[in-house]
Amino acid sequence: MIERRHILGGSLFAASAVVGPFLPPWLISLLTIAFASALVVLGLIVLWRAGLVSFGQALYYAIGAYTVALFMRWTGIHDAFLAVILAALAAALTAFLVGFLLARYREIFFAMLSLALSMILYGVLVKTEALGSTDGFNVSQPTFLGYAPHGMELSIALYWYALGLGAIAAVLVGAYLRSVAGSLAIPVRDNEIRVEYLGVSATKLIHLKLVIAGTLGGVGGAIGAMAISHVDPNMSYWTTSGGFVFITILAGAGSVAAAFVGAVVFEIVRTMSVALLPGAWQLILGTVLLLTILFLPDGIGSLFMRRRRKAQEAAQ
Amino acid sequence: MTPVISVRNLEKSFGSVVAARDINVEIPALQTVGIIGANGAGKTTFVNMITGHITPSSGSIWFSGKDVTGLPSRTICRMGISRSFQVAQIFPSLTVYENMCAAAAIARNNVSVLRFAVMPLLNPEAEAETEEAIDLFQLKKYRDAPAATLPQGVRKLLDIAMAVAGRPQVLLLDEPTSGISVEEKYDLMEIVMAALKSRKVTVLFVEHDMELVDRFAERVLAFYDGTVISDGAPAEVLGDPRVQELITGHALSKTGSAVHA
Repeated sequence: MIERRHILGGSLFAASAVVGPFLPPWLISLLTIAFASALVVLGLIVLWRAGLVSFGQALYYAIGAYTVALFMRWTGIHDAFLAVILAALAAALTAFLVGFLLARYREIFFAMLSLALSMILYGVLVKTEALGSTDGFNVSQPTFLGYAPHGMELSIALYWYALGLGAIAAVLVGAYLRSVAGSLAIPVRDNEIRVEYLGVSATKLIHLKLVIAGTLGGVGGAIGAMAISHVDPNMSYWTTSGGFVFITILAGAGSVAAAFVGAVVFEIVRTMSVALLPGAWQLILGTVLLLTILFLPDGIGSLFMRRRRKAQEAAQ
Repeated sequence: MTPVISVRNLEKSFGSVVAARDINVEIPALQTVGIIGANGAGKTTFVNMITGHITPSSGSIWFSGKDVTGLPSRTICRMGISRSFQVAQIFPSLTVYENMCAAAAIARNNVSVLRFAVMPLLNPEAEAETEEAIDLFQLKKYRDAPAATLPQGVRKLLDIAMAVAGRPQVLLLDEPTSGISVEEKYDLMEIVMAALKSRKVTVLFVEHDMELVDRFAERVLAFYDGTVISDGAPAEVLGDPRVQELITGHALSKTGSAVHA
């Protein structure tokens, strides 16, 4: 059934696509990066609902980014669609494998273990000269099914590409959250014993969530790599994961759309903070986080939810 | 007739502590069995072994002719043995309706987690079944209340209603009336037993209140020191001198009414 929020989401998507070519280059770049981050945050929301906070989502982001970069470098094939599919598969496979370990842990142990895994990758990348060590290496310009834009055209194409992937991911994650497995996030968070005694494995449910979140992280990293045209070990560093967690707090776990709004707000605040206080931009970012936790503990998404609830109550 | 539950030479030790020893019990289908015993007698250990919560040290458990010894709890649950707990196991953040929906969604579909990911939670069939269960367990008044705000008795009722969502053949109730006022106990048991009878469920319930056991059980298993010391009709078991000496501490009155353990 098509609801008002679907129409609103579709309209926003269409409007964002239409205005793209008319936006200044800096804003196109900022939004493309924001959409890449939003994909990672969508994955974090999937985990967050089950009470799992991952401080290591940069692991999948970096794997997605490096997969795209290496694929283009080694094969000479620059197709963005193929590159993103490979990045998604690489991140999904990683999440599937580490999921056997991670799915057994909860709370702070889960958070720290996920952080540790991303830092292991960071260590490997820093020490691997073939991958550019601390400097990383450049990513070739992508093509889109034979279309090879340059300059501003490439920026707009990447913007549309990120927007399209973001929309597809939003629809799929929305459908997942309404599915039985997605709806069981709160039951898993609340009471795993009852979930098990209803006949389903809470560990398997969490493992699936890890793979979904990892895949989204990989796709986000792939877009990030193409947008920045460079990959380096910092993509797997804990501060990158921290940024994604920051956006998730800002967005809240209640709404898929909030991931995009949160990511855009974060990128704008960060960019403006750096412009205003180049030496102490973290101060502004920290203040925003503090204010969000104090006055909007359930994030920007709670504003949508509140409006939707009021509309439902009015309809009844 | 094959018993629905058959327990043979069941034993469980925790280090040097023997929690269950040489338990041999057969439960026919549709029987309502009360399990009595003092604290530490092995009642919950018995329930935990049947439902796969703990693995027996030796012996075997058979369900409808299939050996279920040592199987994971969720597999046993899928096969048709469900349970409730001493402390109600519900989802406090969800409403009663959402709790029941989640339970119905999992229990009705014996599919992989991957299939669950593409199966919508809400569909007309699941919603109808949820409403029916809410009616059956008389939870309508609390339908949209968050489970965290429910009184203890209603929490217990919800826990049991969720355990029945998968239409089990056997239900084990671990102290269904613990923590509930005396006035509420009978109401709760009346609702539960009527609902389970209509669903044709074999019931084993652990209970300390001998009046409730006498009122609702067709058969009683009396546990002492990890083993069954008496097995039979309520009047017979509650009147057994050994049960009176070791468990109830009181004689059963001539009218059949008993007193607390």
